[in-house]
Amino acid sequence: MKSVEVAVVGAGPAGLSAALAAAGQGASVALIERDERLGGQLVKQTHKFFGSERQEAGVRGFVIARGLAEAVAAEPAIEVRLSSTALGYYTDKVVYLEEPDGLVKLRAERTIITTGAAERMLAFPGNDLPGVYGAGAVQTLMNVHAVRPGSRVLMVGAGNIGLIVSYQLLQARVEVAAVLEAAPHVGGYLVHAAKIRRAGVPILVSHSVKEALGEREVRGVVVQRLDSAWKPVPETEATIVCDVICLATGLTPLTELAWQVGCKMGYVPELGGHVPWHDEDMRTTIEDIYVAGDCSGVEEASAAMVGGRLAGLSAAASLGHDRRVAEMKEVAREELAALRAGPTGDKIRKGLARLRGAGGSG
Amino acid sequence: MSESRLGPSETLRRTGVPAEADLDGLKSALARPAGMVAGPMAVLECFQRIPCDPCASSCKRGAIAPFADINDLPAFDPEKCNGCGLCVARCPGLAIFVVDETFGPDEALIKLAYEFLPLPERDGVVAALDREGRPTGQARVVRVQRPKSKDESTVVWVAVPKSLAWVVRSIRVEEGRLAQEASRES
Repeated sequence: MKSVEVAVVGAGPAGLSAALAAAGQGASVALIERDERLGGQLVKQTHKFFGSERQEAGVRGFVIARGLAEAVAAEPAIEVRLSSTALGYYTDKVVYLEEPDGLVKLRAERTIITTGAAERMLAFPGNDLPGVYGAGAVQTLMNVHAVRPGSRVLMVGAGNIGLIVSYQLLQARVEVAAVLEAAPHVGGYLVHAAKIRRAGVPILVSHSVKEALGEREVRGVVVQRLDSAWKPVPETEATIVCDVICLATGLTPLTELAWQVGCKMGYVPELGGHVPWHDEDMRTTIEDIYVAGDCSGVEEASAAMVGGRLAGLSAAASLGHDRRVAEMKEVAREELAALRAGPTGDKIRKGLARLRGAGGSG
Repeated sequence: MSESRLGPSETLRRTGVPAEADLDGLKSALARPAGMVAGPMAVLECFQRIPCDPCASSCKRGAIAPFADINDLPAFDPEKCNGCGLCVARCPGLAIFVVDETFGPDEALIKLAYEFLPLPERDGVVAALDREGRPTGQARVVRVQRPKSKDESTVVWVAVPKSLAWVVRSIRVEEGRLAQEASRES
């Protein structure tokens, strides 16, 4: 059976960073990616990133993905396995992979789970009509395959994803009828909101979808106002004509592997749902299993890259590798703390405190 | 900056459009000391504490101070700014503009980041939009600065009536007009 020191499951921002960090310490690494390419969601991000310049702030997401993929290709200690899906983990440290040529068993001394997150669906009549998309699918269509999803879009959700994808739709010359947000305030960065407002897109806070219109495909949507208790206000319905309803209503961590392994899980709404308990080294309650990125708590990609680096360093260090590893971990922890220090980091700080407060035993 | 303690206005948080309350703090911070020559100056419409710092290193004149905490609002020194616009091309939020109210007898110059196609053409006319995307009239394109790398934005310089220096923050290229002009030239 093939064997490596560190297996990394998922090659998005967290996984790429984890693989590079572990390999940089001298560990042998297998980087496992379900897709045909490295980069995860980064490859679809055409906007300049925030964060500190230490996390490549100011660089567009797809450029960051290209840089990380090139660094991985230049690192002989990393074996990249594309079109490879981790199906399960056995207690004798074996990861089971489904690959185009069949099933592969891989023994890994440490496994880092960086599987990302899935989009939340929204319940409303007609949400199964063709024309109802998740924001990730819209980005894949436009920014990977150069296909417009439709001609006039209603965006649901004014978090960063809803605002950014609205902007990308405008860049692709697709009309954005409006951005709906159930909360009374814009959830994403206000600079993203200001950008689409300047381009003429209205943002309707305290509004939600009542139903989609159309028999065979989306022809429009009925929206309604919500009161301060998030209850629909009668007689506030309005019809918006559109052929796409794009849902950007939040992400939930993809944690199947962590559940199957038997990691202790905690339900933490601030982190997006159930997440594996993990310590400051990103280690779960199962000694050989680490987590990073959205599957450890939904956050920005800049934080996922630093969290991934920390997990890679920690996993390598636990195997005895030490190229100034303590110092590098400290730097990563400081960067994470800085990213989360402001008001937009409140939620993640609260979430992590709640998760850690739940204790690591069991 | 004083508004960092107050935070973005309720209106901005509800609508995504900076309100007078947000802009007033900005304008007062921009006031140059008496005796200084007025001219182009960066206007940082950055009202929310988010983790972001590229503007500081983009400025070669030290007009935007290095960040102690990357979540701080940029600390801007109008005395050091010459309105070059490097920060306009660099800001990830596309939240920085350069405004020159002394550009001409009746016109102000606005430099703004523009990430749509087609790009406007120099000496062409575009629709001048306010912060809500509403047309306010026409703007004359003075210059189109193409980015040096993928990580910068194109910066368009437009001349607008002086009274709109604090109103116009976006443009729309009217493609019909471009086509019309092209056919007339050929």
